[in-house]
Amino acid sequence: MSNIALPNEASDQRGNSFKVRAQSASEDARQRADDTRPQPGSSARAMLRHARYILGENAVTGFAFALFLAIVLAALAGPYLVPYDPLASDTAAALKAPSAAHWFGTDQLGRDVFSRVVVATRLDFFIAVASVALVFLMGGLAGVAAGFFGGWTDRVVGRIADTIMAFPLFVLAMGIVAALGNTVQNVVLATAIVNFPLYARIARAEANVRREAGFVQAARLSGNGELRILLAQILPNIMPIMVVQMSLTMGYAILNAAGLSFIGLGVRPPTAEWGIMVAEGAAFMVSGEWWIAFFPGAALMVAVFCFNLLGDGLRDIVDPQRRT
Amino acid sequence: MLMMVVKRMLIAVPSLIGVVIVTFLLTRALPGDPAAYFAGPAATNEAIEQIRVNLGLDKPLYVQFIRYVGDLARGDLGNSLTTGQPVGHEIKTRLPASAELTLLGLMVSMAIAVPLGILAATRPNSIIDHVCRVVSTAGVSLPVFFTGLILIYVFYYLLGWAPAPLGRLDVFFSPPPHVTGFYLVDSLIAGDGEVFFASLKQLVLPALTLGIFSLAPIARMTRASMLAVLASDFVRTARASGLTPFTVIVTYAFRNAMLPVVTTLGMVFSFLLGANVLVEKVFAWPGIGSFAVEALIASDFAPLQGFVLTMAVMYVALNLLIDVLYGLIDPRVRIEA
Repeated sequence: MSNIALPNEASDQRGNSFKVRAQSASEDARQRADDTRPQPGSSARAMLRHARYILGENAVTGFAFALFLAIVLAALAGPYLVPYDPLASDTAAALKAPSAAHWFGTDQLGRDVFSRVVVATRLDFFIAVASVALVFLMGGLAGVAAGFFGGWTDRVVGRIADTIMAFPLFVLAMGIVAALGNTVQNVVLATAIVNFPLYARIARAEANVRREAGFVQAARLSGNGELRILLAQILPNIMPIMVVQMSLTMGYAILNAAGLSFIGLGVRPPTAEWGIMVAEGAAFMVSGEWWIAFFPGAALMVAVFCFNLLGDGLRDIVDPQRRT
Repeated sequence: MLMMVVKRMLIAVPSLIGVVIVTFLLTRALPGDPAAYFAGPAATNEAIEQIRVNLGLDKPLYVQFIRYVGDLARGDLGNSLTTGQPVGHEIKTRLPASAELTLLGLMVSMAIAVPLGILAATRPNSIIDHVCRVVSTAGVSLPVFFTGLILIYVFYYLLGWAPAPLGRLDVFFSPPPHVTGFYLVDSLIAGDGEVFFASLKQLVLPALTLGIFSLAPIARMTRASMLAVLASDFVRTARASGLTPFTVIVTYAFRNAMLPVVTTLGMVFSFLLGANVLVEKVFAWPGIGSFAVEALIASDFAPLQGFVLTMAVMYVALNLLIDVLYGLIDPRVRIEA
């Protein structure tokens, strides 16, 4: 019986619960983004049209999206596309400047920098995606529960978030990886933990304003349990905002992980990873072999820039009022 | 005012307790058996047992925690495994180097970000506004160690303007007599202009690196809050009364717009203190960050613990300072408290 939801009434009341916004277009976007129910019939076509509208509206977001696709492609197919084995050293060809044979030059062991930069995309992308997914599970769920249930759940989650916030975040991440062991998994975990307060706070605030919303009361009236309401009503509704947050923190996650491997935590040589490649090339910067550190650093920068732009673009679409 | 400071200090207490608990737990989370870890790979079982008793690891966890807090209260952060030196002393001697660099980095980022934010706000959608947006997005996207390396390549290798990125002072100079530990201040006190300029030269690139990384939140916040203030009634009144745009912006709008900017300084310090570690490694800066990185490479845990704790305590203190500063600037906060 708890399945007998009141779809029409629920969505109507939800519509009313939002503040009236100035721009009807952005209201539209928000409504559409908020509506997690599949629409009958033309849902695929509507989504495509919506995506085209978004990309047409904002060229920068479109550019960032294209860049994002390129990164995903490099992450998926990188090892099959590159001209050289990223780990094969060739001392005869060591420290060669960029040329037609080696687009990004070669490093001190004669490894092809271009191949290494492309292959490293998978590891860096994986670290970012995994840590963001992990922090969404930990912080998002804890925050939603804190905002929805209030009381001691709220106090416990708030206290944990405050304690993490009392540390400079990168320093805490260093401490965690050093204590738990120097592995890639722990880099992912540490990156997730330092982002916990951000996710918990946003999820808490968003869940809090919806705890007595019309559609929640409707669900409650029709006999849904609190946990069920939390997972089936509240969580889908705050997803758009959480997705924006995930996109925005992807860039930070990659920077954090690369920073950790730059100081020797997480990834170990000879693995190809952007942060460690910059660290290896750092010593050659003062003697003029700039390409060893430059290209992985530039790749890192482009990836972070892309995620930040994408996040900003998504935020403008989902939540136009927070634009700065 | 005094009440507000005391009240705010009391709020900082739970944060400090949390910090101490987390650092304690991090020590206990060492992979494997800490006693075996401290004894080294060649130790016998008896030796490990002996170390366990010496370190108090045979006692229950809460006893260990009380002992840890007791050590902290006496300023004892343990000894470094590789050098055998007390960690507390090492951190104390290295702290001024890091503090000098971080403060100068903050000054650089304020000096760029605040005027940029104000100019962007006074001319919305102009070129300078777009420059502000691009600079602040690029600032957070640039990995701080990468910026540092590029600056070294351009200003040291290509142009030869900057000295070699090797620490606080060129080997030809000897450090000024110790007063504050800040070479810039100490050399001025000693009246030694040469050392002053030599240490300033060493500081410019790392401070610029830190500044570029941390200017984004300040620039964004300055722009946003300046826009809000410029749209308010009292600015319109000031303009209508015929005051020059300069007077309106500098004496009327600026002070009010600075309030939210002061609040974002907390986040900026989190950025700065974290980025400090990376910048110190790039520029071979003898601060506490490079101390921690060296310890990390040698798997020496006590210095790292001391470093994390010092950084966290400093960060809590800085946030406290920011709140007090906020109260000084904005009288309304004092009345509410």
